[in-house]
Amino acid sequence: MAQDTDPLITLSRAGVERAGRWLVRGVDLAVQPGEIVTLIGPNGSGKSTTAKMALGILKPDEGTSARRRDLVVGYVPQKVSIDWTLPLTVARFMHLTGRVDQADADAAMKQTGIHDLRSAEVRTLSGGEFQRVLLARAMARKPDLLVLDEPVQGVDFSGEIALYEMIKGIRDDIGCGILLISHDLHVVMAATDRVLCLNGHICCQGTPTAVASSVEYQTLFGKRAAATLAVYEHDHDHTHLPDGRVRHSDGTVTDSCHPQDGHHHGHHHGHVHTLPTAEGVDGIERERETHHAR
Amino acid sequence: MLDDFFIRAMLAGVGVAVVAGPLGCFIVWRRLAYFGDTLSHAALLGVALAFLLEINFTVAVFLVSAVVSLALLFLQRKATVSSDSLLGLLAHSALALGLVVLAFLTWVRVDLMGFLFGDILAVSAMDILIIYIGGAAVLSVLVWIWTPLFAATVNWELAEAEGMKPGRANIVLMLLMATVIAIAMKIVGVLLITAMLIIPAATARRFAAGPEQMAVVAAIAGAMAVVGGLFGSLEWDTPSGPTIVVAALFLFILSLSPLPQLLAFGRKSGTPIVKEGN
Repeated sequence: MAQDTDPLITLSRAGVERAGRWLVRGVDLAVQPGEIVTLIGPNGSGKSTTAKMALGILKPDEGTSARRRDLVVGYVPQKVSIDWTLPLTVARFMHLTGRVDQADADAAMKQTGIHDLRSAEVRTLSGGEFQRVLLARAMARKPDLLVLDEPVQGVDFSGEIALYEMIKGIRDDIGCGILLISHDLHVVMAATDRVLCLNGHICCQGTPTAVASSVEYQTLFGKRAAATLAVYEHDHDHTHLPDGRVRHSDGTVTDSCHPQDGHHHGHHHGHVHTLPTAEGVDGIERERETHHAR
Repeated sequence: MLDDFFIRAMLAGVGVAVVAGPLGCFIVWRRLAYFGDTLSHAALLGVALAFLLEINFTVAVFLVSAVVSLALLFLQRKATVSSDSLLGLLAHSALALGLVVLAFLTWVRVDLMGFLFGDILAVSAMDILIIYIGGAAVLSVLVWIWTPLFAATVNWELAEAEGMKPGRANIVLMLLMATVIAIAMKIVGVLLITAMLIIPAATARRFAAGPEQMAVVAAIAGAMAVVGGLFGSLEWDTPSGPTIVVAALFLFILSLSPLPQLLAFGRKSGTPIVKEGN
């Protein structure tokens, strides 16, 4: 079927506005089957918002969002809190949005190492355990598209690597597309096909292969504190205004930031996003890019 | 058998309790207790309209409750007032409107106490029929909508992302509540309906290891409260609606004792063996 070549989800020039402020704007994003796309960016850069637009949880205020028909989605939200009034065991949670095959559920629980917890109440789990439960549940659905919003939060460092391995394994096993949101600017999963850096818009995107194969990237896993190496880097010479428009270095103002606007892409030099404390005194979100000359 | 008012009361009460229990679980899980109160306050407006338009009470109460719940959904999206303020506004406006309309109907002599506290001993065979048909409809719809509704209760965004249509499930839940309030009004009265929804569900929480189990236990606890309350009111000559609620409260207090833990503990150690089967 020709449809099989269509992306699983497509966002084109999509943006979400809340109370006169654009949370994210002008996002073009497509996830193909079998592809792993990672979203990175500082807090409040619109990563979750972008994922929610892609999932249809949020309707874009401009641009469009489209999903394949009958798309089976597995979603691991950033934050799930289970009310204490809910009696809910791990085993029952696996079937939350419809019964999955019990063999699939058991396999997913074993793979994520939570099989022994299956009769435990969900709200008694630790953060890391619950995170694995969320992942197991999404996996067991055998989704076409897996959306993981900061899946390694609350997981210790060695567990983090194991989880990334597992996520890659899911892609290889069931051939689903994966949209992954990383809470860490510096660590991007090695198996990622494409990285998108967001900061209210798409700052840059590209393959992390060059970076992943480099020695620096491998040492990154060992020495995270010295993680001056970014996966993908770029330069900014424009300012984002609170209304979502962009002021460029030459003083012109445009509606949004186009990929070719004021971005100077190059490889293998670090970048650091810094945000002024508490959104800045004047409420304007700024970006500052630091170059590391190579 | 249906000639005996006591048997009729028992049948009607148990019928309502069995439906109110599972639905009450969602009210407890979603923290909608005040919403239940709002709908039951609005029920009095339904009573007034039934007198005014000379239509069936149950139908009128259902319509008013349904309109109030849809109004709430609409206002939550549009208004800049918090949900609990909106609920208070709707509850007391509807109650006041109902009382004003009743005052205008000078030719009608209304036994307000009957509506406020129920008159379970006066249920007719027709009332029982309405309770069982309406109740069966509510339970069927609840079973049909259970998975999306429960998923949305656990996490709205997750349910939305995975195609559960939580918005639709939400509207269905509100209409189910409107139905239950319409059929339960005669049993415990508008002021005590919420008690029949919440107290058995809250009682069930301590006994249940899963949501479906909690719904079943809530239905049983509600039915026990009805039977106990009716016998109590017969024994001590107390008003039946409030006595049923007191019986439900008694069961709830019992659930706080170590008894449920003992039961739950026994089950917990037993379940894996049964489930594994290997």
